[in-house]
Amino acid sequence: MQNQNNLVVSVSPHLHKDESVSKIMWMVVISLIPAGAAGVFIFGLTALWAIILGVVTALLTEAVLQVLTKRKVTILDGSAFITGLLLAYNLPSRVPFWLPVIGAIFSIAIGKQVFGGLGQNIFNPALVGRVFLLACWPKYMTAYIAPLRYDAVTQATPLAALKEGKLIEKIATLDLFLGKRGGCIGEVCILALLLGAAFLLIRGYISWHIPITYIFTTGVFTYIFGGKGLFAGDWLFHILTGGLVLGAFFMATDYVTSPLTRKGQIIFGIGCGLITSVIRLWGGYPEGASYAILMMNAATPFIDRYTKSRVYGLK
Amino acid sequence: MKKFINQFLKGIIRENPTFVLALGLCPTLAVSVSVINGIGMGIAATFVLLGSNVIIALIKNKIPERVRIPCYIVVIATFVTITELTMKAYSPALNRALGIYVPLIVVNCIVLGRAEAYASKASVVNSFFDGLGMGVGFTLALILISAIREFLGAGKILGFTPIKSFEPAFVLAMPSGALLLIGLLLGFFNLIKREK
Repeated sequence: MQNQNNLVVSVSPHLHKDESVSKIMWMVVISLIPAGAAGVFIFGLTALWAIILGVVTALLTEAVLQVLTKRKVTILDGSAFITGLLLAYNLPSRVPFWLPVIGAIFSIAIGKQVFGGLGQNIFNPALVGRVFLLACWPKYMTAYIAPLRYDAVTQATPLAALKEGKLIEKIATLDLFLGKRGGCIGEVCILALLLGAAFLLIRGYISWHIPITYIFTTGVFTYIFGGKGLFAGDWLFHILTGGLVLGAFFMATDYVTSPLTRKGQIIFGIGCGLITSVIRLWGGYPEGASYAILMMNAATPFIDRYTKSRVYGLK
Repeated sequence: MKKFINQFLKGIIRENPTFVLALGLCPTLAVSVSVINGIGMGIAATFVLLGSNVIIALIKNKIPERVRIPCYIVVIATFVTITELTMKAYSPALNRALGIYVPLIVVNCIVLGRAEAYASKASVVNSFFDGLGMGVGFTLALILISAIREFLGAGKILGFTPIKSFEPAFVLAMPSGALLLIGLLLGFFNLIKREK
């Protein structure tokens, strides 16, 4: 028996590449560091606590559940780390300490381990946690802190202000780009997010298909329908606010929950963009990126079925 | 006598209508917001189950095979009407809280399911204990679900607030939370059953 185990042959092609699931996961973690650092700089140390709590709880939950179900403990592969990190990035900075804890437990337990662990989940676990928290405790999940003040002055996000018709003075585009606005920890600094995204794109860990079509569709749709008349919307404002950039580059591109083929990924990106803009312009919530990605996650198996690449030699 | 007790007990654990047979989920989702509603719904359904099981077991030989479902429905609807009118007369508040779900017991799949699968083939006494067991099992399941939902979703138990600083998780007071909770409980009971 022992000898047979050494003779297992994997499926061809037998090319060797220095990549593994855990290496890719840790690379994504590295690419997320600038956005987190910017968030901590903009909102103060409370943001750092939320991030640490989210990550530590996610790792602990994963380990406890894997011990309980008698599976191999794989908390060092980075996937639980990313889930905790992304969940914390999706929270306002000054939340009660138990909010990231419960969110991370829910993300890992319900979003991931219930389905059988990494690679089996239908929905992006971090977004499952965020949407759960938003449905449970909307009071805390929408109490955003004004940037660079460090004294807990609350301020609506630009999108929320727009929805309520209270966006009186226009926020400078440069401020939006650098993150001087109310919002979630990891979503505000577009510059830092783009740095991380560029790293992932250049190293080939993500492809451009989902994020670019997602952002482009949102821009076009809000340009056409976002203004007073047709073709008068402030498309740049819609691209730079909310969780669009964070979601497009780091959550919609999740390997497990997005389509496999290029064609499928383009459909996925366009779908995300349409749902996000529809929720933003006509929906009940100010921001729809997380719901859009979750809904398209649910559609991923169908997209995969209808965009199967043709087997070579067959019609 | 032991046989009857077994008939009764199987509805509570081994063949619990909600967690094992997965029947009657519609009223379970809808009325399990508070424990009082759960108990009221459970008792109403138990009464209807008892009555319909006994009557159908009594007349099972007279019912023509081809029209048996309409016949069952007529019997069930009679008991539901009795329940609804009694509830309206003696506890109008509960009736308002349960709303449309009281008349809808007519099409509750536990009641029809037991009539079709059990009472139409078994003796009167057996059917009586089967109906009682299923009804009590349904009531206990409703109490469990509604207790969890009332505590976590509204921070209350039977209308009282036990912990002042507790922040209720809003989603459990809504249907989506009920679906989530029932799914988890189903999985949990399956797990216990498998390990036995």
